Amino acid sequence: MTVPISPLSPVSPRRRSTRPVGPRSKRLRYALVVLAFLLPSALPLLAFTLGPMLAAAWVSLNQWNLLAPMKFVGLGNYIKLLTDPETGDVFLHTVYYVVGYLPIVYVGGLALALALNTALKGRALLRGVYFLPVVTSWIVVALVWRWLLSPSSGVVNTVLGFFGVAGPGWWTDPNWAMPSIIFASAWKDLGFVMIILLAGLQAIPTDLYDAAKMDGAGWWRRLFSVTLPLLSPSTFFVLVISLINGFQVFDQVYAMTAGGPNGASEVVVEQIYDLTFRYGRAGEASALSWMLFVVILAVTVIQVRGQRRWVTYG
Amino acid sequence: MADTLRLPAMTKPPRSREAKVRLAGFVVLHVVIIVGALVMFFPFLWTIITSITPGATLTNAPALIPANPSLEPYLRLFSERPFVQVVANSLLLATITTAVQLITSSTAAYAFSRLPFRGQGVVFAIYLATMMIPLQVLIVPLFVELKTFGLLNSYLGALLPTFASAFGIFLLRQAINQVPRDLDEAAMIDGAGHFRIFFQVVLPNIRPALATLVVFSFMSSWNSFLWPLIVLRSPELQTLPIALAALQGQYISDWDVIMAGSVVSVIPMLALYIFAQKYVIQGVASTGIK
Repeated sequence: MTVPISPLSPVSPRRRSTRPVGPRSKRLRYALVVLAFLLPSALPLLAFTLGPMLAAAWVSLNQWNLLAPMKFVGLGNYIKLLTDPETGDVFLHTVYYVVGYLPIVYVGGLALALALNTALKGRALLRGVYFLPVVTSWIVVALVWRWLLSPSSGVVNTVLGFFGVAGPGWWTDPNWAMPSIIFASAWKDLGFVMIILLAGLQAIPTDLYDAAKMDGAGWWRRLFSVTLPLLSPSTFFVLVISLINGFQVFDQVYAMTAGGPNGASEVVVEQIYDLTFRYGRAGEASALSWMLFVVILAVTVIQVRGQRRWVTYG
Repeated sequence: MADTLRLPAMTKPPRSREAKVRLAGFVVLHVVIIVGALVMFFPFLWTIITSITPGATLTNAPALIPANPSLEPYLRLFSERPFVQVVANSLLLATITTAVQLITSSTAAYAFSRLPFRGQGVVFAIYLATMMIPLQVLIVPLFVELKTFGLLNSYLGALLPTFASAFGIFLLRQAINQVPRDLDEAAMIDGAGHFRIFFQVVLPNIRPALATLVVFSFMSSWNSFLWPLIVLRSPELQTLPIALAALQGQYISDWDVIMAGSVVSVIPMLALYIFAQKYVIQGVASTGIK
């Protein structure tokens, strides 16, 4: 990745300007051309992303059940959320998910990418198989995993029983609900991480490895001294995207546990969804959305700021 | 690291200690990677087996080789529910989303790559920032907005928010940045304007990135759950992921029907991925994500 995905990065390389500096009519025509190319995307983004975002900020300052007129409450919703212990719980569950999911999916995806980058027979087919879960709907993945992890007759517990291990209750057990969701999520996203890291590996010049070998570096030494540093832009991309998506985990929770049992796997977005469409507390839901947005933004900014220390570009 | 694990020479037996280690690594790697592939594939195998085992339930798991395989669950899926309609709905929405995103992404990408203007950096930063806005922040106001326009419970309401994708714009801009500028300049000398350069020079040169975007756009629409769930309330408008989630509540014990629905939902995406696979790897590799 030569250009990090962040608004703080340089936008485009300096180059010869083709912007006309001639007479007014010519400049006007150029402006119209620019508009013609930009408007098809600018209009939907303004109307359906930036506009609603500002509106959500206003809604978060009101009490509103989606039907009756709004009632302005100032920062009331935020104060209510910040003093409600449930808010801390849903953020904790979300962080639990992110912290459990990220190492599995990154290390697994890296191992896969390294393995499928070697001269392996049928690697195109294997890459396809490992990518299969990525193209599958979350709802399907959740259905299958719920069934595989079924406490009484699920395949996983049947296999564990074969080795004399009594399997846990998985998604029916408050302590195992979140690990169940994490396993299913990591399984699904391995292929996505793999394909990005694979593209990164292919871009590393082989003569660097030859030089490292000549210096007597073993496999592990080459991994840590050549591969990982040169792969750091891809790693950065994977981390940023995975954290942004991880904090917004919803589909799999909704389909696997619906936040249960007893709210053990209730995450932030599940809570936003319930507040809005189950309890009609849209103001609180918007406030919670903004709190989540601020957290995601902070995490992303920290990563962008920190990248200079460990990410090496070309 | 193509050079760390080379195929040992097949004709000669391994002679040195290093060659033996290499052969052992080679075998271990293959075993691990193939077992891993089976683990990845197993849930799908299980899904297919269950979908052709009538009467399979949570307490009555199917055998790995079904005794009486039958397509009856598929027939029930399509006869008891408007499932043909649901598949058609999803295909329609995904096709329109993909087509529109191809247009809005490629034009914006061209503007950011080839049409310098004052404030371009700021505008692009705002575009990128929309990627960091969770859909959940937008749901309530978007709901109200479309309610105001009378677009709730309509395809247009489901589609409009998907028309522009910052991800797609970013992906294509990276690709266009790599198209040599000499090509534009040669066309310009021949009297071509920006529209002709866009269609005849730039677009043909970013075909891998366009193929990548097709897969990602189609996939995001095909699998999208939250927004269609909220905006499309009538059963006849429902899309595949919502219908599948609803199946689980309706036929709580009919896992054969649910799994048949799952298989049906995976097939079009799988076909599209296989079709675009070589472009996808090429596309990711050529758009600067390395």
